[in-house]
Amino acid sequence: MSLFEHSLRELQEKLHNKEISVSDLVEESYKRINEVDGEVQAFITLNEEAAKAKAKELDEQRGNDDAKLFGLPIGVKDNIVTKGLRTTAGSQFLRNFEDPLYDATVVQKLNEAKSVTIGKLNMDEFAMGSSNENSSYAAARNPWNTDYVPGGSSGGSAAAVAAGEVPYSLGSDTGGSIRQPAAYCGVVGLKPTYGRVSRFGLIAFASSLDQIGPITNTVEDNAFLLETIAGYDKMDSTSANVDVPSYTEALTNDVKGLKIGVPKEYLSEGVNPEVREAVQNALKKYEELGATWEEVSLPHSKYALSTYYLLSSSEASANLARFDGVRYGKRADDVESMLEMFMRSRAEGFGDEVKRRIMLGTFALSSGYYDAYYKKAQQVRTLIKNDFEKVFEDYDVIVGPTTPTPAFKVGDKVDDPMTMYANDILTIPVNLAGVPGISIPCGFSEDGLPIGLQIIGNHFDESTVYRAAHAYEQATEFHKQRPSLGGANA
Amino acid sequence: MSRISKEEVKHVANLARLAISEEEAETFTKQLDDIITYAEQLNELDTEGVEPTTHVLDLKNVMRKDEPKKWIEQEDALNNAPDHQDGQFKVPSVLE
Repeated sequence: MSLFEHSLRELQEKLHNKEISVSDLVEESYKRINEVDGEVQAFITLNEEAAKAKAKELDEQRGNDDAKLFGLPIGVKDNIVTKGLRTTAGSQFLRNFEDPLYDATVVQKLNEAKSVTIGKLNMDEFAMGSSNENSSYAAARNPWNTDYVPGGSSGGSAAAVAAGEVPYSLGSDTGGSIRQPAAYCGVVGLKPTYGRVSRFGLIAFASSLDQIGPITNTVEDNAFLLETIAGYDKMDSTSANVDVPSYTEALTNDVKGLKIGVPKEYLSEGVNPEVREAVQNALKKYEELGATWEEVSLPHSKYALSTYYLLSSSEASANLARFDGVRYGKRADDVESMLEMFMRSRAEGFGDEVKRRIMLGTFALSSGYYDAYYKKAQQVRTLIKNDFEKVFEDYDVIVGPTTPTPAFKVGDKVDDPMTMYANDILTIPVNLAGVPGISIPCGFSEDGLPIGLQIIGNHFDESTVYRAAHAYEQATEFHKQRPSLGGANA
Repeated sequence: MSRISKEEVKHVANLARLAISEEEAETFTKQLDDIITYAEQLNELDTEGVEPTTHVLDLKNVMRKDEPKKWIEQEDALNNAPDHQDGQFKVPSVLE
């Protein structure tokens, strides 16, 4: 059995009792990476030398240090800036960004909690994608079947945990980029409330939607990690000055009387029958556990995709203006003027999907079109947000599938942006409303691919989301299954 | 009717400071047209009088005191630069 099948708390206890060392954990991580990452391709950059040195250093304190994540090896999505450790955001533009000058706030918090960073995780370029096929390095693969995509954009973060390369990781979620890959890879992924976790040092995609969140094997591990990274940060003016409760204390295993709303739009014709069945079974399980559910409506759901693409692309076109070839990253060779330097560095450094979204965003913000597209989308966002607020007046959580289908095959959707975008149809509204959502395993397709259950809560009510997720998880066995990928764990 | 012309695509690419080939201009014209056509479903909705949401939280602008403090050393700031000289970022001539 891999050490990483233990929970984070169990690993800490073993460290504390000196049954294992930090070096054992770090070795385990790199050993597994050596075995399977040629296939899974979850990592873009490894931090092996520094991680092993840090493990040795921490081992001196073992047993005497109760830092929250003491000695636990973590993988970090490659759009989260790590001081002195290459950060590419999956883009060729940042291929040579070897020496970031500071740590993102979440990374500072991980360091203060004394975790060990194993490496930087693969992702769709600048987090734009739903399959990892937009990574400009190598597309990560689904550990359950490497012919399939792991999802995106945090595909590497989910695949690394599912493959047992690290026990937990950080991802980021703008329209589903934590929850969708968590669903596809059969792990637990939470997008916190907008403002819950500092975005300082997260390479911005769409600033009004982006959130960093944890990806783990279990709900308990997830709650444990969120406790460490959440909280107000003066370096992020959009981080919320709201108290962070103990999320692990919320895991009471009691959902008696919990009121669940199930949006009829989330179980429509467009949702694959296997996924629908898995969700219906989950609702039955909740009934057995003493919760009640009723059908509700989020009437503007069908407008979420359009709204999202207009808003996120507009914000991206502004955010990505900083990649100009002056201070860091790509600069095209033999440029004769400043303008040529901007135009060609960006043309050579960005991939097709990134260019497409910059173009869409620039168009939507351009003079003459702003009101028709950008402002209209912001107004529809209000309607979508109101839909959620209305349901939360009467219900504690909203439950539905995370994605309309299980993972699809590599190459299946790569030529058609619109079909690719449709993957995120059930996760996007959550970002637009700014509420928290989690994906947990709730079954497998006939092809043996995981299916994800999405649980959505009200603003800043991650506790109820975790409580509902945990009770279901404890009453089922899906989270205990592991992919039979090559190597020692096969 | 197409929503966006190839000329508009070239204009937008210039605004976005993105060099695109003739072939890319054609591909983007088709793809952007598809996306925008789809997005026009939003026009089904009457949004008269609906406040636009820029941020989901009621955020107030946070101002800090304008005080100098140490952040990044000049030398470090140049570490990742494609080109630099005499402690400054070096770029091609701005004026033609």
